[in-house]
Amino acid sequence: MFFLIIKRILLGLITLFIVSLITFVGTEVLPGDACTTYLEREAYGAALEACYKRLGLDIPAHERYLSWAYNVIQGDFGYSLSGQMPINEVLGPRVKNSMVLASAAIIIGIPLALILGIITALWRDKLPDITISTVTIFAMTIPEFISATLLILVVAIWLEWLPGIVIVPTDVTVKELLPNIILPVIAIAMIMTAHMARMVRSSVIQVMASDYVQMAILKGVPYWKMVFKHVLPNALLPAINVVALTIAWLLGGVVVTEVVFNYPGLGRLVIESISNRDLPTVQALAIILASIYVSINLIADLLTLMLNPRLKTLQIRK
Amino acid sequence: MSEIIQKVKNLSVGFKSQKGHEISILKNITTNIKKGETVGIVGESGSGKSTLALAMMGYVKQGLFKMGGECIFNSFNLLNMNNRELEKIRGRKIAMIPQNAGQALTPNLKIGYQIDEALKLHTNFNKNEREKKISELLNKVRLPSPETIALRYPHELSGGQQQRVAVGMALAGNPDLLLLDEPTTGLDVTTQAHVLELLNFIAKDTGTSMVYVSHDLGAIAQVSDRIIVMYSGEIVLEGPARDILKRPIHPYTYGLLNSIPKLSLAGLPGSMPGSQPQPGTKKEGCSFYDRCNLAEEKCKKNSPDLEYINELKTSVRCFNYKKLLKDKSKKQLSTSRNEKNIKINEILNLTDVSISYAKQKLLDQILNKITDTNPTVKDINIDINKGETIALVGESGSGKSTILKSIAGLLRTKEGNIKFNQDRILSNDLKKRNSSDLRAIQLIFQNPDESLNPNHTVEEILAQPLKLYFGLSGEKLKNNIIDLLEKVRLGKFYMTRYPRQLSGGEKQRVAVARAFAAKPDIILCDEVTSALDVSVQAAVLNLLQKLKEDFGTTYIFVSHDLAVVRAISDRVAVLYQGRLCEIGPSKNVYKFPSHPYTEVLLGAVLEPDPDIKPKLVAEDIVEDKPPEKGCCFQGRCPRILGDKCKNETPPWQIGDNGNAIRCHINIKELENIQNGN
Ligand SMILES: Nc1ncnc2c1ncn2[C@@H]1O[C@H](COP(=O)(O)OP(=O)(O)OP(=O)(O)O)[C@@H](O)[C@H]1O
Ligand code: SF4
Ligand code: SF4
Ligand SMILES: [Mg+2]
Repeated sequence: MFFLIIKRILLGLITLFIVSLITFVGTEVLPGDACTTYLEREAYGAALEACYKRLGLDIPAHERYLSWAYNVIQGDFGYSLSGQMPINEVLGPRVKNSMVLASAAIIIGIPLALILGIITALWRDKLPDITISTVTIFAMTIPEFISATLLILVVAIWLEWLPGIVIVPTDVTVKELLPNIILPVIAIAMIMTAHMARMVRSSVIQVMASDYVQMAILKGVPYWKMVFKHVLPNALLPAINVVALTIAWLLGGVVVTEVVFNYPGLGRLVIESISNRDLPTVQALAIILASIYVSINLIADLLTLMLNPRLKTLQIRK
Repeated sequence: MSEIIQKVKNLSVGFKSQKGHEISILKNITTNIKKGETVGIVGESGSGKSTLALAMMGYVKQGLFKMGGECIFNSFNLLNMNNRELEKIRGRKIAMIPQNAGQALTPNLKIGYQIDEALKLHTNFNKNEREKKISELLNKVRLPSPETIALRYPHELSGGQQQRVAVGMALAGNPDLLLLDEPTTGLDVTTQAHVLELLNFIAKDTGTSMVYVSHDLGAIAQVSDRIIVMYSGEIVLEGPARDILKRPIHPYTYGLLNSIPKLSLAGLPGSMPGSQPQPGTKKEGCSFYDRCNLAEEKCKKNSPDLEYINELKTSVRCFNYKKLLKDKSKKQLSTSRNEKNIKINEILNLTDVSISYAKQKLLDQILNKITDTNPTVKDINIDINKGETIALVGESGSGKSTILKSIAGLLRTKEGNIKFNQDRILSNDLKKRNSSDLRAIQLIFQNPDESLNPNHTVEEILAQPLKLYFGLSGEKLKNNIIDLLEKVRLGKFYMTRYPRQLSGGEKQRVAVARAFAAKPDIILCDEVTSALDVSVQAAVLNLLQKLKEDFGTTYIFVSHDLAVVRAISDRVAVLYQGRLCEIGPSKNVYKFPSHPYTEVLLGAVLEPDPDIKPKLVAEDIVEDKPPEKGCCFQGRCPRILGDKCKNETPPWQIGDNGNAIRCHINIKELENIQNGN
């Protein structure tokens, strides 16, 4: 078991390393660089050279990568070009804002998905299943930018219940942020919840058809006790990994939604820094997003390992 | 006459087809179960046995519905009750022992909890009493150290132990009726015999009525007082066990009994043509008409009723049963194999082969050091002659498949070598074998579902080896495929079919045809008939024998079923824990089993005859790895000599009749002991 955990962690680190390489190479081969973008028309002669020197762009690429990686490991992402300040300071409030958004979506989405998934499975092909399933399949097929735009149109513009666009400074407090995030959260949670609910549904249905559930029924175990003791633990275990994937995949949704709602989070920062050719920030964001992705999957793997008695003994015995 | 506890009246169960037709899978079943009796329900897969047993618990599987009739238990009309009411009966009055206990025990709950759950539901014991009762139940089903077993998860037990837990759980509520759905299918012969003996003991001890569902007439014969034979959703024969087994008066039962290979009979069992009609395809006439050798014109149009014959206390559904009644000849039809003397012309030699699943540590790999001193398979020496059928037998985990895989090159041998045609040492590595070596050795697997690509038609499946080894194409390829199909008795029209459109037996025939397409010298058969019904099994065995005679192919045949091995093989090698125990001509090994393990194995075989009881001479302990030194069978040997067996590897001894055994006891002495028994 111990070795397995170490192995997974190592694999995660390797993934991060590869991501960092790819972003580095990617930004390297793109035409134009930070200095030409930054200096615009003055990008020639001494000014350009001075800029190169200041950013360290005059040293060979591999050395630059090594020193950059060395700094990143110590938690220093370097200097943002457009903001003209340390990237760590730029990131701080953005990370917080995005976390608020994502956690709200997760806190609402996961329990809702579980409940919907279980209801649809237990009342399979009955009215509750048919209605909920229709809605979830519909929700699954609408991409965030459409659902977000529709939400703004209906709730903000027609009904005028909530603000459509988030106009707050980046370093706003959580309390001030809350009323603004309702629509973005709905937009993000919708598609994620729908996906997870479908997954939970099929997993529960599969377990319900298993020999041991039939056995529990024939043993005389009352229905709800059977559901909670015999069905759910076995059905939700495989769901953990899918939930993790969905959450990791939610990151993409966050980017889109933040842009549509003008929300001051990491996602908007991604788009902003790409269009500004703020390469150090783009690199920092790539690493951060990849780390989140890798850690979520790692946590899911560890949870599965810990909760599954079968895997547990297997590992101990070997 | 004792009282009736379960009455099944005119029960029909069916499903709705996609076109909305109602298709019945149980037709008008009427029968009674009396207090204290054990009723066996037997029939081929798909005949509706499990559906009938489940209906006796008021349970109809998802997708099925009751079309008519009723099941009355004591005074409860089970099929009209709601779930709340049924919960009070299920597990308490009627309990179920499932087919595959491994899958029927909830994986995330400990054994103790699952039994406790049944006790909580169906008894008024308090916590302490329940704990005591759990131990008592586990003890009753003869599980060692109940306290530790109770704390284990299902996957931490062996198949036999899981089955015992399921029996214990079913007994928790002290039921009046026990339903057993194939409770021993999939267990090793020795384990199976022990579980059956336990069930017999429980039936006597508690006076519980039992309904025992199985496709295995051997198992049914050991436990039943009365037997119900089902065919295509109908009862075709019902009566006292002994009469049914000794004097079957329905052509189907007659054929079924005939197609079971028996230990006492050399030669191949007689086979029955065709297979059971799919539900919904048969319109009129007797459902057995297509396969019946007594069929007449009237059977085609009219379906016979179940007729009760008073003097025999038997019900039979056949117009012509009287013909079988008169037939006094009890002789079993079996085609004898010509056991022609095989010339000593060795085609494959296994020399000192050992195989290990243990992964070598990287360092040891570099230093080329052998770390696993106790490999899964060790010291295998077998010389196989051209044209013979040699069988490897042994319980699960004895390394039979492992050896086959090594011969096929799918698994590396750790030591020793495998020589082909006396001069070519076959490479350890499949990739290094040349095309003619690959062609020479073909495999047929246990499960044709897994070995046939579901997306290819039969034609494509058979074309592959023909193209690969002989570069055939066009008209020639097609003719060859038709030829092959003919050889396995399948018509030309099967070419366009996909595996899912074939029955189990047909699929296995295609797999056989594919193996023969390569014109191999040796065919490795891994449990090729285990997944098939007995009547189909008999047909496949006959086919294999015929093909072998035509082509002079050598078979290496692996099976856990000793009677099947008896029917087809010229020579047997008995394996325990990856070590050879005995090897010799089949007729001698079966007649004079001299190695103690062979004795144990043969003793446990179930024959479809209530008068032949299995002899249980050793415990059915499961050992998870072979002992480090001494005799491999020391852990279970009923004749163990003590320290000698524990420390010294026994020598090979060769008996007068050609058997070679590996035991410390003198072979003469062993033969005398066993003959004396
Ligand atoms: N992939 C594997 N890794 C580790 N051990 C294995 C593996 N496959 C098989 N074994 C072990 O090797 C031994 C022999 O297995 P094998 O499958 O050859 O037995 P068998 O006689 O064919 O049994 P069965 O009748 O169940 O098919 C068993 O103890 C089994 O647990
Ligand atoms: S009724 Fe006719 S076809 Fe049916 S089993 Fe009897 S003899 Fe055969
Ligand atoms: S050597 Fe000893 S333990 Fe092994 S089979 Fe013979 S008597 Fe039994
Ligand atoms: Mg096997």
